[in-house]
Amino acid sequence: MSRRNIRAAGAVAAVVALAVIVAAVFGGTSKGAVKTNKSVNSVKGTVTFDGIWTSSTGQKPFQAVINAFQKKYPGVHVNYKPVGNNLPTVLATAVAGGHPPDMADIAQPGTIKQFANQNKLKPITYANSVLKKNFSPGWLSLGKFNGKQYAFVFKAANKSLVWYNVPAFKAAGVKPPKTFSQLLSIAKTIKSSGTPAYSIGGAEGWTLTDLFENIYLRTFGVSKYNALSTHKIKWTDSSVTTALKTMGKILGDTSNIAGGTAGALQDSFNQSVTNAFSSPAKAAMVFEADFVGGVILSQTKAKAKSGFNTFVWPQITAGANAKAVEIAGDLMVTFRDSPAIEAFVKYLATPQAAAIWAKQGGFGTGNHNMSSSVYPDSITRATEAPLLTAKSVVFDMSDNQPPAFGSTAGQGEWGLFQKFLQNPSDVKGIQQQLEAAASAAYKK
Amino acid sequence: MAAPPPGGEPGRWSRYLTAAVFLTPAFVLLGVWMVYPAVYTIVRSFFGPTGFLGSWVGTDNYKTLFTSSYFTTAIKNNAIWVAVVPAFVAAIGLIFAVLTERIRWSLAFKTVVFLPIAISAFATGVTWRILYDQNPDTGAINALGRVVSDAVTPPGVLSSALPSTSALQTHGGGLLLKTPLHPGGVALLGLTGIAPQDVPGGAKQAVQPTAKQGEINGVVWRDFKPGGGKAGVVEKGELGLPGVSIELHSSSGQVVQTAKTAADGSFAFSNVPSGTYQAGVGASTFAKPFGGYSWLGPSLITPSLLIAYIWIWAGFAMVVIAAGLAAMPRDVLEAARTDGANEWQVFRRVTVPLLAPVLTVVFITMIINVLKVFDIVYALAPESSQSSANVLAFAMWTTAFSGGGNFGVGSAIAVLLFLLVLPVLLLNIRRFRREI
Repeated sequence: MSRRNIRAAGAVAAVVALAVIVAAVFGGTSKGAVKTNKSVNSVKGTVTFDGIWTSSTGQKPFQAVINAFQKKYPGVHVNYKPVGNNLPTVLATAVAGGHPPDMADIAQPGTIKQFANQNKLKPITYANSVLKKNFSPGWLSLGKFNGKQYAFVFKAANKSLVWYNVPAFKAAGVKPPKTFSQLLSIAKTIKSSGTPAYSIGGAEGWTLTDLFENIYLRTFGVSKYNALSTHKIKWTDSSVTTALKTMGKILGDTSNIAGGTAGALQDSFNQSVTNAFSSPAKAAMVFEADFVGGVILSQTKAKAKSGFNTFVWPQITAGANAKAVEIAGDLMVTFRDSPAIEAFVKYLATPQAAAIWAKQGGFGTGNHNMSSSVYPDSITRATEAPLLTAKSVVFDMSDNQPPAFGSTAGQGEWGLFQKFLQNPSDVKGIQQQLEAAASAAYKK
Repeated sequence: MAAPPPGGEPGRWSRYLTAAVFLTPAFVLLGVWMVYPAVYTIVRSFFGPTGFLGSWVGTDNYKTLFTSSYFTTAIKNNAIWVAVVPAFVAAIGLIFAVLTERIRWSLAFKTVVFLPIAISAFATGVTWRILYDQNPDTGAINALGRVVSDAVTPPGVLSSALPSTSALQTHGGGLLLKTPLHPGGVALLGLTGIAPQDVPGGAKQAVQPTAKQGEINGVVWRDFKPGGGKAGVVEKGELGLPGVSIELHSSSGQVVQTAKTAADGSFAFSNVPSGTYQAGVGASTFAKPFGGYSWLGPSLITPSLLIAYIWIWAGFAMVVIAAGLAAMPRDVLEAARTDGANEWQVFRRVTVPLLAPVLTVVFITMIINVLKVFDIVYALAPESSQSSANVLAFAMWTTAFSGGGNFGVGSAIAVLLFLLVLPVLLLNIRRFRREI
């Protein structure tokens, strides 16, 4: 050890000693005297956050959440960067380059799992108590990877919904169905009334996988759903056959789909919504998530309740399966540990943080300590309330899988379900192709 | 700065230094932006999707390119693009260039034909996507198709209607009541699947027809009321369908009488001689309106893309060829004409050979452009047709970046693309040399 180093070591020792003394003296008094969270609030630091939300998709409400947090923790600055939809690619590049942000929100558990396997993520076990207080075990399990809590769902969308055109239902004299067989029978009646029952945005593969996933979940329940999500059940399994045949009862009813099969294949998700809620309506129902409401309000003249409404995905088998909810959402993950990051993660798990965004709409949460009265209108309350009480929650299956299989345009699951829409009678052939694509993607 | 080595000529090092100072920026830029990424991509193409460490896959990525149907479609489509686009662009450009030499408003014409080049390919893609839309209400091309089709076969008043009971069966495009009728009989022709707004104007409550001696009476009505109603029974709230043409078929299947329905949907055939008959609705009532061609569907998407792309680039070819034409020695053409060649022979034997260098430029530029085509495929093809419209550059992007995340195969495509462009580039460089 050189002379210089000895001196440096001495200085360090002196500082440590001083710190210990200071802590002993002041720490002791503060503990005894004032038991506020003043010591927590003195946390200082910066948190860099790469987010999916851009100025048109939710940056503002999230910034409001950040502002409220910074008010509570004046020493912490959260630096939000709106990256947009290619966030997974940006993060993968940043992680490969060794400079990930402190935090990010990721919408694909498959991507999170990949990062967790590469040991790039930090567990958020420090937030366990606040998480357990606010979320049910079903919700927390969505953020567990390799047995550790790496993430939690901050913002969720209820995907187990069907939206319907109220005047079209009235003209056909039908009521929202409770069961799948009722759904098929009202669809027949709606067709007789002169309006196709279904509007399907088949130009975007995810609308079709969502339809399949809801059918599978309603038929076989959470555990089988999760097994299929992780490829523990093969796509050639008889359960998939059953679900695809059920799905074929809808997709095969060509004349009951707006524009027929060929038209559905070219309709984007947005078009499928405007088809069903413009006047005169080209269809009566859309199978998609809570965010359909926003599209209806912004792109058609239909009004809530009088023009459009929603019902929970009908029951296929009785019991718990009928109440399970499929969600999509954004999970909060951390790439580093620091007191500032810990504080922010804990804050995001509180009902207060959720309420700030929930008030502004376009937000759902499984935080059961947040009152559903916070939601801005009755439709939002109806679509998001099931999330607060849901015992069994599953994540969108295609987001759980390797992206090459689950979420690449024209390929894998998305592309093959479009093929299935073209020819819903070829169940066996599609199953084999799905299995081939899945096993190729899981091998990598 | 080191002193010049003893014994060297005094100006030598400073000359090297000057050269180095001037060359360094170029080398750095080339190195950072061209050489390093190229080498990296080539190396990367031999590794798996996630990274280098322990993911050496040899030539597996390349094997995938030639075995997976997703990529073979891309390669096949690229071949079609290369075979079609340069030839058509050059031909159309040549025709335009020669023709515009002879018309009065040539500048205006040239400007219009050249305009697409000034629009970004992405905007072009979006515009053509709307033009190609299958719905004749939105897609201009199919709207044109509808005008023609409707003039030939006008759509029926009830094109979406369906029989309400199985007693009505399809018969040559129309519907025919299965039950045989005799004079004094009654025919109930219930139809469903008619939206309230599609019911012909002036429709009134349908009336149950009463049997009359020597007549066959009946009604055509919208056999639906909220909740469905009873099929095959005329109920309150169900409207008759006026203006529907009804045919009375004899037992041998011949149409013996026709009638049109009234506002309440009723119709009557009077003076019917005794015998067995069948009543039905004629095919013209159900004639479907022109539904439009699926230009953007999986089977037509590549031709649709090619048309849009040729539309963009024909103007470029025209301008280049027109410049070549302007520089052409006129006396050669005159000489040919004096020798008795007709215009076609002049064009074929003199103009085109003299334009050969210019046409080569157009060809080479187009081949390179077409090999790396991406933006128009991305903007024009709907997601459901993208795998049919696939080209190499697009496959590279989806595989590496858009969800695929497989940088190994992505790099392999990039290398393949580079290898395909390489011979054309070499050809181009050789041509440059010759010209200098």
